Amino acid sequence: MITGKIIKISGPVVVADGMKGSQMYEMVRVGEEKLIGEIIELEGSTATIQVYEETKGIKPGEIVESTGGPLSVELGPGIIGSIFDGIQRPLEGIKALAGDYIPRGVDVPAISKEKKWKFIPKASEGDSVSGGDVIAEVQETSVVLHKITVPPNVSGVIKSIASESEYFVTEDIAEIETSGDIIKLQMMQKWPVRIARPYKNKLDPNIPLITGQRPQDTFFPVAKGGTSAMPGPFGSGKTVTQQQLAKWADADVIVYVGCGERGNEMTEVLKEFPELEDPKSGKPLMDRTVLIANTSNMPVAAREACVYTGITIAEYFRDMGYDVALMADSTSRWAEAMREISGRLEEMPGEEGYPAYLASRLAQFYERSGRVSILGKEEQNASVTVVGAVSPPGGDLSEPVTQNTLRISKVFWALDASLADRRHFPSINWLQSYSLYLDSVQEWWANNTSQDWRELRDKAMALLQKEAELQEIVQLVGPDALPDRERIILESTRMIREDFLQQNAYHEVDTYCSPQKQYGMLKTIMNFHGETTSALAKGVSIDDLVDLKVKEDIGRMKYIPEAEFEERMVEINNNIINQCKEIGG
Amino acid sequence: MEIETKAKVYTTVSEVSGPLMIVEGVEGVAYGEIVEIETPGGESRKGEVLEVKEDIAVVQVFEGTRGLNTSTTKIRFTGRTVRLGVSVDMLGRIFNGTGNPIDGGPEIIPEKDLDINGAPMNPSARMFPAEFIQTGVSTIDGMNTLVRGQKLPIFSGSGLPHNELAAQIARQAKVLGKKEEFAVIFSAMGITHEEANYFMKDFERTGALERVTSFMNLADDPAIERIITPRLALTTAEYFAFEKDMHVLVILTDLTNYGEALREISAARSEVPGRRGYPGYMYTDLATLYERAGRIKEKKGSITQMPILTMPQDDITHPIADLTGYITEGQMVLSREIHRKGIFPPVDVLPSLSRLMSGGIGPERTREDHSGVSDQLYSAYAEGRDLRDLVMVVGEEALTERDRKFLEFADAFEKRFVTQGKDEDRTIQQTLDLGWDLLSILPKAELKRVSEEHISKYYPEYRE
Repeated sequence: MITGKIIKISGPVVVADGMKGSQMYEMVRVGEEKLIGEIIELEGSTATIQVYEETKGIKPGEIVESTGGPLSVELGPGIIGSIFDGIQRPLEGIKALAGDYIPRGVDVPAISKEKKWKFIPKASEGDSVSGGDVIAEVQETSVVLHKITVPPNVSGVIKSIASESEYFVTEDIAEIETSGDIIKLQMMQKWPVRIARPYKNKLDPNIPLITGQRPQDTFFPVAKGGTSAMPGPFGSGKTVTQQQLAKWADADVIVYVGCGERGNEMTEVLKEFPELEDPKSGKPLMDRTVLIANTSNMPVAAREACVYTGITIAEYFRDMGYDVALMADSTSRWAEAMREISGRLEEMPGEEGYPAYLASRLAQFYERSGRVSILGKEEQNASVTVVGAVSPPGGDLSEPVTQNTLRISKVFWALDASLADRRHFPSINWLQSYSLYLDSVQEWWANNTSQDWRELRDKAMALLQKEAELQEIVQLVGPDALPDRERIILESTRMIREDFLQQNAYHEVDTYCSPQKQYGMLKTIMNFHGETTSALAKGVSIDDLVDLKVKEDIGRMKYIPEAEFEERMVEINNNIINQCKEIGG
Repeated sequence: MEIETKAKVYTTVSEVSGPLMIVEGVEGVAYGEIVEIETPGGESRKGEVLEVKEDIAVVQVFEGTRGLNTSTTKIRFTGRTVRLGVSVDMLGRIFNGTGNPIDGGPEIIPEKDLDINGAPMNPSARMFPAEFIQTGVSTIDGMNTLVRGQKLPIFSGSGLPHNELAAQIARQAKVLGKKEEFAVIFSAMGITHEEANYFMKDFERTGALERVTSFMNLADDPAIERIITPRLALTTAEYFAFEKDMHVLVILTDLTNYGEALREISAARSEVPGRRGYPGYMYTDLATLYERAGRIKEKKGSITQMPILTMPQDDITHPIADLTGYITEGQMVLSREIHRKGIFPPVDVLPSLSRLMSGGIGPERTREDHSGVSDQLYSAYAEGRDLRDLVMVVGEEALTERDRKFLEFADAFEKRFVTQGKDEDRTIQQTLDLGWDLLSILPKAELKRVSEEHISKYYPEYRE
C-alpha cells in the first residue's frame, strides 16, 4: 500500500505527494476521514485526486492511502429496487446509519452482506465453463431472475458448486479449476466502472424499444440497444418524459440515473414506482428498476462517476440476457462536472470552458450501449439502450454538449419550450426531431400492427411538414386566403398534433398507449383526412366539414381504454364515412 | 456567526487582490476553515480559506479587503468552518449579512451550533411535497400551484413589482383547514434599504413581524458577504423546520446579486470562466442553496423557498435565471409587456410553471376539475396570444369566427383572471369558477382538455 501526504486542496481536487507507484484511476482514501477519491493525474511522485465527498476541513499533511484497485461497483443480487449514490453507496443504508442528511466519510456496503438469497445451481461439478456462463439463479424480485454468471475473465472446470440453499452474497458458492489455479466464486462480483464489460459481438438494433409514448414510438422510434438524445431547456418537460420512458418502456431492467438533478425528483420516483404496475407483467415497476441519485447539491466528483456506475450495472444485467434501458438525466450535469474538475486541474479549456476530451468521453459512454451477442455457451442476444437528457444553457442547441451528443446518438428528440408553454406535452418538436432507426424497426411494426405502418407514418409526417409551410402563408395573409383543400390539411394536422402527438402523462389511460392503439389512432386520423379530402372534391363546403361531429370522437380517442379501443375505432371510422356522406360527400 | 480561535497569529499576508488575500508560512490550515482578520486599523473581519497549497492559504475576505496591508494585518485561523448559533429567539429579530443582530436587541444565546453549509438531504429521507398552499393569487393557485416544501422562484426584471407580489404571497399563503406554526425567513442580498423597508413595513402592517427572522445584506454592504447571507438564512430555516416543527417560508432576494458576487470571487482567483464570465460551478453552488428546501419524512415542519431574481435585460436565458430554472421546481415569470398594460400582478403564465403542481391538486386537495381547467386555460390563452400576432398583420376581419373567440378569451383572461388587487385573496374555488366563466367564451367543442363530466358539473350554465 502506498501512503502519501496531501499538499494542496482546492474544492473537490486534492494533490498528494509521495504517491510514486500508484496508478491512474486507482481508488484512494483521502485524509483522516478516509474520503473516497480517484487518481486522475500523475506527475513524478505527486498524484492529483478527485474526491467524491466534501473536502472542507481537510489539511495539507493529512494522509492519502492507495487501495490497489480502480473504482469498482459490486454486482450481485440486491441491486434491483435500490437507490444508490454516484459511487454506489445505498442511500437507504446511509439514512439508517446517519439520518436525514448525508454526512461525509460514511462507509456502507453497496449491496447487503447480511441478506441471504435462495441459490439454485444450474451447473454441476465437472462442467467446463467460461466467462458469461450461467452457473446458478436467484429470484431477486418478482420479475428479475438474477443469473449468477462466471466472471468474464475466468474459465475452467467446476470443481465444486454449492447445493440449493440460502447464502450470503459473499459466501463461496463455486470453485473453478483453471489452468494451474483454483478460483473461488461468490454470488457477488466486482467490476471497474470505467471499463466496458465484454461481449461476443455487436448486432444491428432492429427491434423497437416500445415506450408507450406516441410521438416517440410512431414518429421517432428508438431501437433496443440504440441511443437517443433528448435536449430541452428547463420547463420543457425533460424529466417527466424521461420518467415516462422509465415507467413504460418494455425493457426487462431499467437503470435510472439522476445526475445532478433535483432531490424531489428522485423522491417522486421512489414514491411512485412501487405503486405503479408494469403493463406487461402486472408487477410493481420498482421490481425492475435501479436508481442512481447524485442530486445537484451532492459532491460534484461523484456526479462525474455516476453515469459510469449506472452503465456498468446496466451491462451486468445485459450479460444475463436482458434488455436493459438506461435513462441519464442529465448528461449536461455530468459534462459540467468534468468541466469543473478540469478547471481545478488548470487544464487548457476547449469550447465554453469544457475540457478538450468532452467529445471523446461522451462517445465512449454512448458506445457502451448496443444490442450484442452476450458471452457464454448459449447464443443469446441482449441490449443496453441509452436515453440521455441534455440541458442546454438557455435552450441553445449549438452548445458543445448537445452538439457532441448529436454526433453520436441515432435518435434526437428535440424538446421545445414554445410547445411546453402551451402545454403541448410531450413537447417533442416534430420538425426538428429525427430517428435513424426507422428503416430497421419498420419490419417489426409491419409484423405487429399492419403492413402499411411505415406508409401511414410517412404520410402523416409529410402532412405536418406541409402544415409548417402553410402556417407561414397564414401568418402573412390570414387563414381565409388559403384554398379549401389546404384548409382541410390544416384541420387534419391540428388533429395529428392535438389528438395524437399530445399525450397526457397524468391521465390513467393516456399515460401508456400500446403500439396497436397507436396505429389505430393514426389510421383513424388519416382516414378522416382521406374522407374529408375526397368529400371536398365532390363539392362539399369546407365549413360543413370543419363542423363534423366526429371530430369530437377523434379528440377523445386517446382516453379510450385499450380493451374497448378496437370496437370503438371501427365505430368512429364508420362515423367518419357516414357523416361525410350525410353532407353530400 | 461564532468563532473559536486557535492561538497562533500570523502577520504573513503576501498579497491582497480584490476580495482575496494570500497568507504564507501557515501550518495546519484546513480547506474551508474560517479566518479572523484584524486590520491595521484595529477592525475585525472574517474570511474563509478557498485553497491551501503546502504553507500557502488563499483567503476570501467577507467584509471586503479595504484597509488591509501586507505588513501588519493579523490573521488567526479558527480551525472551524463557518457556523451559526441558532435559537427560536431569533424569530422577530433582524441580523446583518454575517449573522450579528442589528436591531438593538440582545445577543442570541444559541441552543445549537450549526455548520452553515449544511449537508445534502438524503433523497430517500425526503417526503414528496404535495400539500397545497393557497396563496390567493389566481395565476399561482389556479395554474402554477405552490405546495409546501417547494422552491418556486419569481423571475422578474428591474422596475417590475416582484416585491409586491412576494409580500402578497407571504401575507396570504395558508394551508386550508389548518392552523400551524409558521415562520418567514427573509434574506436580503444586495437590495436597497428602500426595498428592505418595504418588506419590513408590510410584515409590520399585517402583524407578522414577530414571526419573521431577517438577514440583511444591503446594497452598500460588502458584496462578498452575500455568499454567506443566504446560507445563514437557510441554516436557521432548517433548524426551525426540522427541529422546531415550523412551516418556514424563505424569501431570498435578489439572487442576481448573489451570482454577481460569485463571479467576482471567481474572477479574482483567475478561474476559467463559464458562460458570460460566471464560474462553471455556479450550477452546483446555486443548487446547494435551492436544494435545502423540502420536507423530511416523519418531520412535521417544511421549508418552502421563494427566491427572487431580476433577469438582466429581462433575458430568461441569462445564466443566473437559466441555472435557477434547471434547479428549482418551476418559476413564476413577470412580464414587462403585461406590466405596461397596467395589469397586476404582471404574471406571464405561458413561461411560468410549477413542477410539483400535479401532486398538490385534484379531489380532496383542491378540486377534481383543477388540472383540466388549468390545461385548458393554458392552451386557449396560448392560442389567443398567437392570434394577436396574426391580427397585427392581417387584421381581425381575416379571422374565422372560432379564432375571434380565442382572441376575446385572451383579453378577458388577462383582465379578469390575471388581474387582481394587492390585497385580494381569492379562494381556490373562486379561482376555478372564474376559469370556467372565461372558458365559456369558447365553443364547448373546443374544450378538449376538460372532461365531459366536469363540463356538465362546472360550466357556468350548469353550475348551481
